[in-house]
Amino acid sequence: MILDAKIPAGPLEQKWTNFKNNAKLINPANKRKFNVIVVGSGLAGASAAATLAELGYQVDCFCFQDSARRAHSIAAQGGINAAKNYQNDGDSVWRLFYDTIKGGDFRAREANVYRLAEVSRNIIDECVSQGVPFAREYGGELTNRSFGGAQVSRTFYARGQTGQQLLLGAYSALSAQIGLGRVQMHEHTEMLDLVLVNGHAKGIVARNLITGEIKSHAADTVLLCTGGYGNVFYLSTNARGCNVTATWRAYKRGAAFANPCYTQIHPTCIPVAGDYQSKLTLMSESLRNDGRVWVPKKKGDNREPQDIPEEERDYYLERKYPSYGNLAPRDISSRSAKEACDSGRGVGPGGLGVYLDFSAAIQRLGRNTIEERYGNLFEMYENITGESAYERPMRIYPAIHYTMGGLWVDYNLMSNIPGLHVLGEANFSDHGANRLGASALMQGLADGYFVIPNTLGEYLSTQFGGPKITTDLPEFKKTEEEVRERVNKLLSVKGTVPVDTFHRELGLILWDKCGMARTEAGLKEAIAEIKALRERFWKEVCVPGVGAELNQSLERAGRVADFLEFGELMCLDALTREESCGGHFRVEHQTPDGEALRHDDTFASVFAWLYKGEGNEPELEREPLSYEAVHLATRSYK
Amino acid sequence: MNFHLRLWRQKSADTPGRFEGIEATNITPDCSFLEMLDIVNNRLITDGKEPIAFESDCREGICGTCSLVINGVPQGPGRGAACQVYMRKFKDGETIFVEPFRAGSFPILKDLVVNRSAYERIMRAGGFISEHTGGAPDASAILIPKPVADKAMDAAACIGCGACAAACPNSSAMLFVGAKVTHLNLLPQGQPEAKKRARAMVRAMDEEGFGNCSNYYACEAVCPASVSASVIAKLNRDYIKGEVSEAVGAID
Ligand SMILES: Cc1cc2nc3c(=O)[nH]c(=O)nc-3n(C[C@H](O)[C@H](O)[C@H](O)COP(=O)(O)OP(=O)(O)OC[C@H]3O[C@@H](n4cnc5c(N)ncnc54)[C@H](O)[C@@H]3O)c2cc1C
Ligand code: SF4
Ligand code: FES
Repeated sequence: MILDAKIPAGPLEQKWTNFKNNAKLINPANKRKFNVIVVGSGLAGASAAATLAELGYQVDCFCFQDSARRAHSIAAQGGINAAKNYQNDGDSVWRLFYDTIKGGDFRAREANVYRLAEVSRNIIDECVSQGVPFAREYGGELTNRSFGGAQVSRTFYARGQTGQQLLLGAYSALSAQIGLGRVQMHEHTEMLDLVLVNGHAKGIVARNLITGEIKSHAADTVLLCTGGYGNVFYLSTNARGCNVTATWRAYKRGAAFANPCYTQIHPTCIPVAGDYQSKLTLMSESLRNDGRVWVPKKKGDNREPQDIPEEERDYYLERKYPSYGNLAPRDISSRSAKEACDSGRGVGPGGLGVYLDFSAAIQRLGRNTIEERYGNLFEMYENITGESAYERPMRIYPAIHYTMGGLWVDYNLMSNIPGLHVLGEANFSDHGANRLGASALMQGLADGYFVIPNTLGEYLSTQFGGPKITTDLPEFKKTEEEVRERVNKLLSVKGTVPVDTFHRELGLILWDKCGMARTEAGLKEAIAEIKALRERFWKEVCVPGVGAELNQSLERAGRVADFLEFGELMCLDALTREESCGGHFRVEHQTPDGEALRHDDTFASVFAWLYKGEGNEPELEREPLSYEAVHLATRSYK
Repeated sequence: MNFHLRLWRQKSADTPGRFEGIEATNITPDCSFLEMLDIVNNRLITDGKEPIAFESDCREGICGTCSLVINGVPQGPGRGAACQVYMRKFKDGETIFVEPFRAGSFPILKDLVVNRSAYERIMRAGGFISEHTGGAPDASAILIPKPVADKAMDAAACIGCGACAAACPNSSAMLFVGAKVTHLNLLPQGQPEAKKRARAMVRAMDEEGFGNCSNYYACEAVCPASVSASVIAKLNRDYIKGEVSEAVGAID
């Protein structure tokens, strides 16, 4: 199969404009005839569903929570990037584009990223007009902060709750459309499979999580906006319900899964405290604007932080990356923290932590300013750890946070399955091997508000005149039957081991062997261990209750069953990519001073995996990445 | 630590519920309340019993999914949502009552899970600024004084959890509705629909069967997002303006 990215012709700066000038339009009377399924109500899903409904499409939107407003985007803290240059500090579309490409370690598509940088400006306009209360200066202007991987201040924020406010904006637009009857909202409903009719995505099979009813939904096109798969690691900063099920089911129906091994480990999270823990809490990267990261210079120095004199502290990010300092990108900061801890200089329980110290900032700016900027984060930290970060440095450690990999899509956000579009964190498109902070919110909203409304016509315009798709088609009945069988299979194992136990074990395997540092031997072991764990799961898992009721064990079991398959693909991808880039660090491939070593001649490509049936090795397709506007450089933040 | 839990068990919406005693033994104080329930559930499963149904997602107090009444207090002791309650806040050996939110407009679905779709319908009636994607002017075109933006943000912080209605003796949803009306009506972008919004949301709230505010302030006391009860005063003002302007046939 050839993966055609369908990148428009012309110079980089003109591609999106050219595309729009020539895009296929659907007239208003015809839009009403098209039904669109949007799975997901996060930034990507809610913005797409609302905008497409405004344009006149009939939309059905799904989420597994009890309200669209609770999608995981709500938890994003730090901010959203946009090339507005309100600060007059030299920002531009080009600079945001370049920072994102470089931040992604030259493993993302130029044309997509440029478009993202271009529409970033419209996003802020849109959000402000919806009533998103971004932070402002006394004069009434919007204010900005800086984030990792950038030397300009281009991040817009709403206290420490930027994701919440952006999602509430999109959710309010969605609510308006639901009120007008243009969107049918299906809460508490989980997509369990994708339905293909003549090879095109024409619907889904979903389970109502309250009644347990399994039902088909038909449409002319399907948009998956189902978020990332970070929870494959069990402990992550993601919400409990985040899962790979929707994208994994699509993969098993033929959609290519791209770069699954590109996962992001966030440098500033509250360290793991015990095995009872159900999630890790992120401390926003924005804290690194004012916090300084350090460990003691001496190994095993267990004095209290305030008793360690200045000259015995190693501000290792400032030392190693003087031009970016504490704002070095996430992959680099995380790896440096791991190195510091591996060398025996970590702090806190088990030596798995580094300090993030605000004392200098408090002295410089006063406690009030710090409280104004980060008050809610400090409070959260104190609530969880019982320690006040105003008085002693925070202890932080890296944790899984975001997944750059996802379903493969072309420039139109369509996967290789015709009619299947993928938006937001669920696709692989814009962040290459590492995402810069405050760029996921930007991408989710770009995809939903500005990209898909323009690109959807490319597919729908080919769908005129066909027979109306309804759930009476045999394809729906067959897929429904398969979903029922899978549900029954989970219920009938009747073992004794809770689902969580398997999930936790899977997470440990992946964290050790497919986490911050990966080796060939480790990945091979991980694959064997995951296979064995999966076998045990299907023999020993206990899923109490029945299918036709609210059954949370069953929901979880289905998600973990998919993670147990997906984890293996992640490791296979990591094993095949014999280079280091961004968040993917293969120990065998590093420079003498321990930085990631890319091999552009062999690996400047997207790895897209195709399902080839149970028990068979998936097939690898490569989409070569050609760089016309930027020069492939060794990424340096020194 | 060990706790005696008295948990509300209810099979489904139309079956009666009751408290059931369950022991939570050997719990680390650093555990969150929901992690304690996870541990209890996994033990129940291992013993071949049915786990307790309760909802949660973000587990950091922002999504509004978790919805427990702990010892009679919606969202439990301390500030923040139930997922932010840590076991170190309780005494070893304590008896802890855990119930679902109680409000006529939030029917119980199972155990500790309630149906809060009434809030969704209120939002759909007017909790938005009607605008068209792509038609927005430059974000810096309208200056918004910082104190106004800050006040709007204070109100916008509502996580839509429903604790306000669950805490209120009248099951009033006015803190929730007031928060949204205050957020949008304070901003210049929210002005064109300000009166209509207040009118539509209050009417939807009444239709859902929520009661009125009679100044108990129980909502404010439990609100995990610290939304101030002053939003109710703003709601009342804007609602009255809305009703009057409709009654006299004025342009809103
Ligand atoms: C703690 C935290 C902080 C963050 N902070 C920032 C930040 O400051 N800046 C930034 O840019 N990014 C940040 N991110 C990343 C960013 O929040 C996410 O990448 C982004 O919000 C994802 O949006 P989304 O719309 O793609 O998916 P989500 O918001 O995850 O939404 C997924 C949707 O899909 C639905 N869904 C999933 N599976 C199914 C299914 N099988 N059936 C039906 N529905 C389903 C869910 O119900 C949900 O509605 C942060 C992430 C975390 C975890
Ligand atoms: S006002 Fe407070 S208590 Fe009420 S829904 Fe909002 S956050 Fe919850
Ligand atoms: S689980 Fe999200 S607020 Fe408690």
